[in-house]
Amino acid sequence: MRRDQIRGLIALPFLVVVAGLLVWSVVDLPDFGKYRGPYGYVLNRVAVPQRHTSNVVAAIVFDYRGIDTMGEEFILFASVAGVVLLLRSRGEEEEPEEADEAEEVVDAIHSDMLRVLGPLLVGVTLLVGLWLVAFGFVTPGGGFQGGVVVAGALLLVYLTTSYRAWRKLTREVFLDPLEASGVGSFAILGLATLIAGAPFLHNFLGPGTTGTLISGGSLPFLNLATTIEVAAANIVLFSEFLEQYVRPLAGSDE
Amino acid sequence: MIVANIVPLQALIFVLVPLGATAVVLCRNPLRQIVVNGVYGLLLSILFFVLQAPDVALSMLVVSTIAYPLIVLAAIARSRTKPEEDE
Repeated sequence: MRRDQIRGLIALPFLVVVAGLLVWSVVDLPDFGKYRGPYGYVLNRVAVPQRHTSNVVAAIVFDYRGIDTMGEEFILFASVAGVVLLLRSRGEEEEPEEADEAEEVVDAIHSDMLRVLGPLLVGVTLLVGLWLVAFGFVTPGGGFQGGVVVAGALLLVYLTTSYRAWRKLTREVFLDPLEASGVGSFAILGLATLIAGAPFLHNFLGPGTTGTLISGGSLPFLNLATTIEVAAANIVLFSEFLEQYVRPLAGSDE
Repeated sequence: MIVANIVPLQALIFVLVPLGATAVVLCRNPLRQIVVNGVYGLLLSILFFVLQAPDVALSMLVVSTIAYPLIVLAAIARSRTKPEEDE
């Protein structure tokens, strides 16, 4: 018997078990469109009168379950810190020379179309990202989605102009503290409410007018903190991975 | 299971999503797989949107089109450049 046939034979019983578990998990589901959790119905009813945010999801993420979001922020922060720890091995003194070498290789964008439309794309994407952030608690969107789009807009700078321009935009000395301040300000907002004698992450500042940017009380600030954290974390992540991509290119330049 | 209250658009996307997932699995070339995976992510975004979860759809969209492909592309580039040097 060939090796992959033996492999298939070994895998077969496990695959059958997994398939069985999958089917089992589906058969007892509620009927399509039926929802058994009372929590969702309650929130749909109370979120708008209580928090004046027309996007109930934002009210849940940044208010009712704000502490969950804070946990997620710290997970992101910790995992990006891990990536940086593993990948940022380059010594400070050899940086300039190596970076120059790398830039020459990767800066080769020959398409005129990209050169002309690229900056335009960056602007449009950045605008979409900021809109997602700003209106995150009024319409679908929010700090996470907007933050990734903002990071994506900066990434387009690399894709459509040059690695040099990307490096200029993503200085570690600037981004690392920014990321930390994003996740830190989330926690500080929570601690501030504790000091004021209210529950952790209690919504303050008053509800405002439903459907406008001045609504949701202190919720927009948590939204902004999330944006800063997510955008900075993604940019740090991208620049670490891009460096991994660029460095071998520079090395293999003949 | 009662399927009477599924609208045609939902039914269509319910068919397309498994097809997209299968296409991702059957794709053997990693570079092509990323592109197919992006299409699959878009299908999933539409699925979430059709099921009235626009926030989840947006999250799926940004992760599957921005964050994920870049990291996988960089990883592929990293692992590919080594053998090319030997040639």
